[in-house]
Amino acid sequence: MNAWLSPQSSLWWAVLIKCGVLLFVVITSFAYAMLFERKIIGWMQLRPGPNRVGPWGLLQPLVDALKLILKEDLTPKTADPLIYRLAPFISLVTAFSVYAVIPFSEPGPGNVWAVGDVNAGILVILAITSIGVYGISLGGWASGSKYPLLGSVRSTAQMISYELAMAMSLIGVLILAGTTSLVGIVNSQAKLWFFIPQFVGFIIYVVTAVAETNRAPFDLVEADAELVGGFNTEYSGLRFGLFFIAEYINMLTVSCIATLLFLGGWNAVGGLTMIPGIGWFLLKVAFFMFVYIWLRATFPRIRYDRLMAFGWKVLLPVATLNLVITAFVVAVRG
Amino acid sequence: MSRKKLYNVGALLTGLAITFKYMFKRKPTIQYPSRKKKHAPRFHGLHELRRYGDGKERCIGCELCSSVCPANAITVIGAENSPGDRRSPGERYAARYEIDELRCIFCGMCEEACPTDAIVLTPRFEMSDYRRGSFIYSKDRLLVPPEAGVGLAPDDRPNGIPSDLGSVAETKSTVDTDEGYDATWRGTILKTQTKGLAG
Amino acid sequence: MTIAFWALAVLLVASAMFVITAKKPVHSVAGLLAHFFFLAITYFMLSAEFLAVIQLIVYSGAILMLFVFVIALLSSGVAPFSVGPDRLPKIAAPATLIVAVLLGFVAYGISREPIVLANEHGVAAGPVGAAGVFGSVADFGHALFTTNLLPFEITAFILMVAVIGVILLAGDHVPYVPTRRRARIVERDMREAIVRAGEE
Repeated sequence: MNAWLSPQSSLWWAVLIKCGVLLFVVITSFAYAMLFERKIIGWMQLRPGPNRVGPWGLLQPLVDALKLILKEDLTPKTADPLIYRLAPFISLVTAFSVYAVIPFSEPGPGNVWAVGDVNAGILVILAITSIGVYGISLGGWASGSKYPLLGSVRSTAQMISYELAMAMSLIGVLILAGTTSLVGIVNSQAKLWFFIPQFVGFIIYVVTAVAETNRAPFDLVEADAELVGGFNTEYSGLRFGLFFIAEYINMLTVSCIATLLFLGGWNAVGGLTMIPGIGWFLLKVAFFMFVYIWLRATFPRIRYDRLMAFGWKVLLPVATLNLVITAFVVAVRG
Repeated sequence: MSRKKLYNVGALLTGLAITFKYMFKRKPTIQYPSRKKKHAPRFHGLHELRRYGDGKERCIGCELCSSVCPANAITVIGAENSPGDRRSPGERYAARYEIDELRCIFCGMCEEACPTDAIVLTPRFEMSDYRRGSFIYSKDRLLVPPEAGVGLAPDDRPNGIPSDLGSVAETKSTVDTDEGYDATWRGTILKTQTKGLAG
Repeated sequence: MTIAFWALAVLLVASAMFVITAKKPVHSVAGLLAHFFFLAITYFMLSAEFLAVIQLIVYSGAILMLFVFVIALLSSGVAPFSVGPDRLPKIAAPATLIVAVLLGFVAYGISREPIVLANEHGVAAGPVGAAGVFGSVADFGHALFTTNLLPFEITAFILMVAVIGVILLAGDHVPYVPTRRRARIVERDMREAIVRAGEE
């Protein structure tokens, strides 16, 4: 018995318990992010949004989940069965595993509000999310029909184009903070949140994050109107549901990153410290989610060539310029 | 389009402002099954076959409605009244009277053609069902039952929500609604049926 | 740690085998993706955080993505590549032998010195961003941009040369022309060149 309670194994237990709690929290927040989106978009389109299941439609996510679970799981004859079945899991697992390194509040003595505080935190997140794209592109390829293939090709090209600008916009923050640890980055924003000195970087990050998560107006990968759902055309039932979950969790992830890197993480607004750090963090993440939904409700889908031109000819040069200027200023000021 | 227009940030912000404003606007949605909209005064809905005050059917089986129907939705087969069992005051009556409500375009020509004001379009519109066959309405569903009165007169089609279309009490919708009326036999029957449940 | 290492080792070799034995190119890519992932975990276990992350970002995130792009565009719907019935085994036998012998030498060399895992403590909670920790981003960056700046820049230069070369080889053969007038001149020159080539 003692082996299970030794300091070494207690670390394992702590990590395991944290993972369990986090999994629950993330799945729940996914479910309500979905409801939140449908409600907000409804309101913006002068509709009341879902309100039939439970009070104010609060049980809608449960019903949606049930529907997706009970639906038939189809595999097209022309699909590549192995990859076709694997792809949703790549998307989902990578979407979840990002949360291993995201800190949610100020680390206390001897513990962190995260599964693990990794030295190269932000880089780890970038690395894991860069794998998540394979779910979409492999899934689209493996479906064995034309619309998913187009969606998958689009997703690959879009990811490569926008990941560059995204990374460039983040490096400015890293230079200012002088560390890649997420806790370190937040702590260095105690006085001034980075979205003020890095305003250009902030805007570029928000734009590229929308593109990275395939959300409107950059949802060319799905593009219901032209690609009939794109990469997930052939998917049904729970496998479609997994992609769906992954998309929303990715939204939450990029909102978390934006909060940590640009909006000062768990730092309070105007000295209002009676709200705990986690509360501030969640508030800021919710704000970003709202912005996401707002964008979707407002803008029509951008044309593909303009998407590419915008990424390569506007975002990337501006991000690079921003990076160079930041580096210069930091170097001059010592 | 010039390059300046392509990246017009001001336009983007205007768009965002509009959607934000709309979020707080009053929603025109009427929560249909629980709240109902007032229909137009002369709304054409489901048909009904009327009676005279003495309980005789008005329809005399002349088939004018059937021949005037632009959608060929009405089938009438007339028969002679037997002296012992007079269904209608005239010589003939409708032995069969069927309307295919899926074909019907609710134009009201049958009502205008009818010499005895027997066929009338009521404002009832909720007739969804699971089988196509159930949309062929025959006399058992069209004819006003004797205990329900004579039926709805074509010229005095009332305004508002028929009371048999659900509770009218809950009319907090943005559109005004009159009080319900029970001018149709279905309304009275439903009312008596649901009285126990509603209490 | 040891158990994790051996499990990873088996996974690494298995995924690498899958890459070369898979019949469909996309399967190979998926195998390679798994391989890179396990490799990154191995780096993590060796406390080489930066290397692990760069492995994922650069190789999995960018290069393999291009593979998928090309494969998805070129070979979709094409029957899987058939492995020649006689070619592979003929090369495989001697190649395996050579690799085995080489690996034997390496294993012998390593076994004479004890393996030291750089970081024995903690799995998830590493020291926060401080320099002076083995494999930390700060140290890595410092080494890269001070002592090893020249090799780093030379590598970057060589890669750039390669990119330019590829564009020259595979790109459109019409040279870049900034104005319409220049374009007409270039077009005329090219036409004359073609005519001349035809006469010779």
